[in-house]
Amino acid sequence: MNEETKKTVFDPLVDNNPVVLQILGICPALAVTTSLSTALTMAIALTFVVSMSNVFVSLIRNVIPNNIRIIVQMTIIASLVIIVDQTLQAFAFELSKRMSVFVGLIITNCIVLGRAEAFASKNPVGLSFLDGLGSGLGFGLVLILVGTIRELLGSGSLLGIPILPLVTEQGWYYPIGLMLLAPSAFFIIGLLIWALRSWKTEQVESPSYRIHQVHRHEVM
Amino acid sequence: MSEENSAQTKRSKDSIANVLIVAISLCLVCSVMVSTAAVVLQPIQERNKLLDRKKNILNSAALYDPARDIEEQFQQVETRVVELSSGQFVDHVSARDYDLNSVLKDPSMSKAIADEEDIAKIRRQETYALVYLVKDQDQIKYIILPIRGAGLYSTLYGFLALKADGNTVQGLSFYDQGETPGLGGEIVNPKWRSKWRDKRIYDDTGEPRIELVKGAVDYNQAQAVHQVDAIAGATLTSRGVGNLMRFWFGEQGYKALLERIALPEG
Repeated sequence: MNEETKKTVFDPLVDNNPVVLQILGICPALAVTTSLSTALTMAIALTFVVSMSNVFVSLIRNVIPNNIRIIVQMTIIASLVIIVDQTLQAFAFELSKRMSVFVGLIITNCIVLGRAEAFASKNPVGLSFLDGLGSGLGFGLVLILVGTIRELLGSGSLLGIPILPLVTEQGWYYPIGLMLLAPSAFFIIGLLIWALRSWKTEQVESPSYRIHQVHRHEVM
Repeated sequence: MSEENSAQTKRSKDSIANVLIVAISLCLVCSVMVSTAAVVLQPIQERNKLLDRKKNILNSAALYDPARDIEEQFQQVETRVVELSSGQFVDHVSARDYDLNSVLKDPSMSKAIADEEDIAKIRRQETYALVYLVKDQDQIKYIILPIRGAGLYSTLYGFLALKADGNTVQGLSFYDQGETPGLGGEIVNPKWRSKWRDKRIYDDTGEPRIELVKGAVDYNQAQAVHQVDAIAGATLTSRGVGNLMRFWFGEQGYKALLERIALPEG
């Protein structure tokens, strides 16, 4: 694997993560991370959609007319999402019921359209696929992290297997109910961003403005 | 691709002809892909839905054991078709081919409900309904009845299981609903569903009295046996559940059937 392909795949994991650096795809990161199994399914589904949509967009990048390119990309993405949704309904019915509308909402996930427009429409097929794979994995990584924390602290289990014995089942662990509600995902993602930027200080954005100290006589 | 060539493609790429060609062929390819997936996977999806329905039927009577095969467990359930107005079982309607959606479109199999009587807000009601009986030897043990009605955003579809007296609730389950997760969606929460256990639908005079009450049920009062806690933060969904219970256990619903087959209490 040469430097460029390596960078394409691994950059979105930490150095250029779609969720914690680009702050994209927050909606599903809140909605499907109450349990690890839904987070995993979402991660796989999105990785598939973003890699394949990159492949198809890149394949026809030289014939897509400029003025309808967004709608062309959306059509490709929407078709892929429907296929994923149908497949889940056929082979993972329970999960698809729990994920309900959020599989369909992959269509509106900014990461997918963002990669199609910013990368796949200008790059060859192979590299576009790897770029999609990397972005999908970067998104999946955050989802899995958040899902693990939320399910473990909120339900005392991982993938439905009890880890921390709950008080209601004669154990010692009081589940944190907040973890099952959407705001907790905001807190966790916020803490993740803070932790990551303390480690990789180059990700800290320069402030867009500074508050000036103004003395009274200057205003007068 | 040479410089010259790419300039050429750039111009023709944005021509109206090319826009049309790309748009139409893309739509064709995508629609073929999507419909192929839908058609190929449909039988599996139908089977999943059927299994899920069976699971919910078992679940409503608290008979479901996740470790065992659903089909095998469903063998103890006897499916019957009942004429709602008379409460008689009929054999001329096949339970195998019964599909609620097509029944509701068929004027000979269903009828419109007058607005003032339509408290469950379902508009049309089937003439014949599927009911499920669980028997112990030849004695009816549980009667499982499909129920449905409008919640806040969606129609709630579920099953209510009654004990042999046709009055005491064994359990409740909803298998299809689109209420807000965490609020109205809590109607699928096992903890809330368990509050229905041993409640009574009818009072001594045979009127359906089951209701959902805000706050907590006061167990010192005689009517507590007909009352279930409403879901916090989901007043309208709870009201919908109460309404659909009153509808399905009233004169238009299963009352005739229950009066006919229920065992005397005790």
